[in-house]
Amino acid sequence: MALELKAVTKRVGQVTHIKETSLALEPGRFNVLLGETGSGKTSLIKLMAGLDRVASGQILMDGQDVTGMSPQKRNISLVHQFFVNYPHMTVFDNIASPLRVAGMAKSEIQGRVEAAADVLQLRPMLQRRPHELSGGQQQRTALARAIAKESTAVFLDEPLANLDYKLREELRDQLPDLFAGRGAIVVYATSEPAEALMLGGKTALMQDGHVTQFGPTAEIYRKPNTLTSARVFSDPPINSAPVTKTGDRMELGHGVGWSVTGTAAGLRDGAYTVAVRPNYVSPVRSHDAHVPMTGVVQITELSGSESTAHFRMGTDTWVSLAPGVHPYRVGEDHQFFMDPAHCFYFAPDGALVA
Amino acid sequence: MQKRSIIPILYILFLMLPIYWLVAMSFKTTQEILGGFSLFPQTWTLASYKTIFTDPTWYWGYINSILYVTINTVISVTVALPAAYAFSRYRFLGDKQLFFWLLTNRMAPAAVFALPFFQLYSAMELFDTHIAVALAHCLFNIPLAVWILEGFMGGVPKELDETAFVDGYSFPRFFTQIFLPTIKAGVGVAAFFCFMFSWVELLLAKTLTAVYAKPIAATMTRTASSAGYELGLLAAAGTLTIIPGAIVIWFVRNYIAKGFALGRV
Repeated sequence: MALELKAVTKRVGQVTHIKETSLALEPGRFNVLLGETGSGKTSLIKLMAGLDRVASGQILMDGQDVTGMSPQKRNISLVHQFFVNYPHMTVFDNIASPLRVAGMAKSEIQGRVEAAADVLQLRPMLQRRPHELSGGQQQRTALARAIAKESTAVFLDEPLANLDYKLREELRDQLPDLFAGRGAIVVYATSEPAEALMLGGKTALMQDGHVTQFGPTAEIYRKPNTLTSARVFSDPPINSAPVTKTGDRMELGHGVGWSVTGTAAGLRDGAYTVAVRPNYVSPVRSHDAHVPMTGVVQITELSGSESTAHFRMGTDTWVSLAPGVHPYRVGEDHQFFMDPAHCFYFAPDGALVA
Repeated sequence: MQKRSIIPILYILFLMLPIYWLVAMSFKTTQEILGGFSLFPQTWTLASYKTIFTDPTWYWGYINSILYVTINTVISVTVALPAAYAFSRYRFLGDKQLFFWLLTNRMAPAAVFALPFFQLYSAMELFDTHIAVALAHCLFNIPLAVWILEGFMGGVPKELDETAFVDGYSFPRFFTQIFLPTIKAGVGVAAFFCFMFSWVELLLAKTLTAVYAKPIAATMTRTASSAGYELGLLAAAGTLTIIPGAIVIWFVRNYIAKGFALGRV
């Protein structure tokens, strides 16, 4: 059982919304679509759900061509960012509705609805209507409907984006368990890198209507194949700056430079782009190999146990994210230390080289 | 009583005065009405109402009106539902222009269309039938219903449609079982306005009928009959025309405010 996209594209008029995209999604784990707003996550989900027609390419479910098939026949479920339930029906009827449409026996509907309601703690609300529920309960109703249907593929389009912080964390912790062992292909769209990391599974990075990288989430985080992928999968934004390689030295300018070893040392001399995540730029030197760099502090943020500082070196802005509270003064010079062991190097065309 | 409630009370009295006068007149005798000024009926009489409920030329006026108004409301809302759905859900060539053009039909005076309708319906042998008036009133009621329903449908997110399709609902099933119940307030408001505008329209209804489908408004506006002035009778007939509207308003009173909030009414 698998969901496969083969060179799928989508156009509206002259505008291409989805550039040629191929993906093979497997059941049993989360397939995360990670990208900014407008990167094409929802468009791609609509294509997979059959709500929009592809301009070219093929969509296969279990090896069967479903490209022209209507969403009604695809045996899928969809949970939107906004809490979409049938407003005139009770929670019970909402969860039961896809089963009733499919013509299932009453006794089986009862059993499935109650099982789904138990998993999502909706038991006491079964006779209420959606507008009498909180946002979290409404979204849980939508999820229960998706679970009760036991469909081949479940599409979750930023299902937690409209929930407040506490509920979001709570529901996010439940999500993987919810679908575990059901054998469904779960596609989860999100714009938050942290969410992708927490849900695990596989991640497809999306940018400007196409998938830039697809693979196991942790692997993609460790090894972004392009500068674009690295930028999509980083929050706060990844630091990047032009460097020049001469021999085993990388020169950043502003008197900052370091020696490289391994793959990076084998690169041809020339211009590259270095990228390093903010958590490897620290105001504290913990290792002799760390590269000192001094910049003017622009903005500082304190989020509980972590401090973020944006500082300017020449024309480049760098971000440092470090545990603990640090005495930054906005507008003044501060010394930071970058860990060269965690630098990515990209060729001028954006491809990862080391 | 507070000072500031005086002005609204005066205003409401001012609004209610003609209605009161009409109702009071309907209980007076014609002699009393013509005889002079009296605030209350000096001699109460139900004779006018009795005439209306016993004389077929009178009560058939009501039946005719209710018939064509009901037919019109059903046609208008039935036709407007899919049209409004298309306007609210799809983008197509000239959709905005078409929508505006629909509205302009609402602005056209009925008098403009009286002659062509008369000629056309005479040729089609539809003259003096209920369906003739009902169809003629569609001219302004369908655009109105489309306009009102489109407003209500626009408030329903497209994601509801998508969720239903994914859940397995076919389009007709989705429309009748999910979508209609969701916008039932809008259907109520649209039906109410179709009913009202068809009920009060006089010119087309009068032009397109002679005997068999003659509306109450036409019967009512002949001020003099062979029996001379029958002002008490006319007042009673007028009073009775208010009742259907009042009944319909009672049913949709909670939804009307919603319609106003959408700026569509």
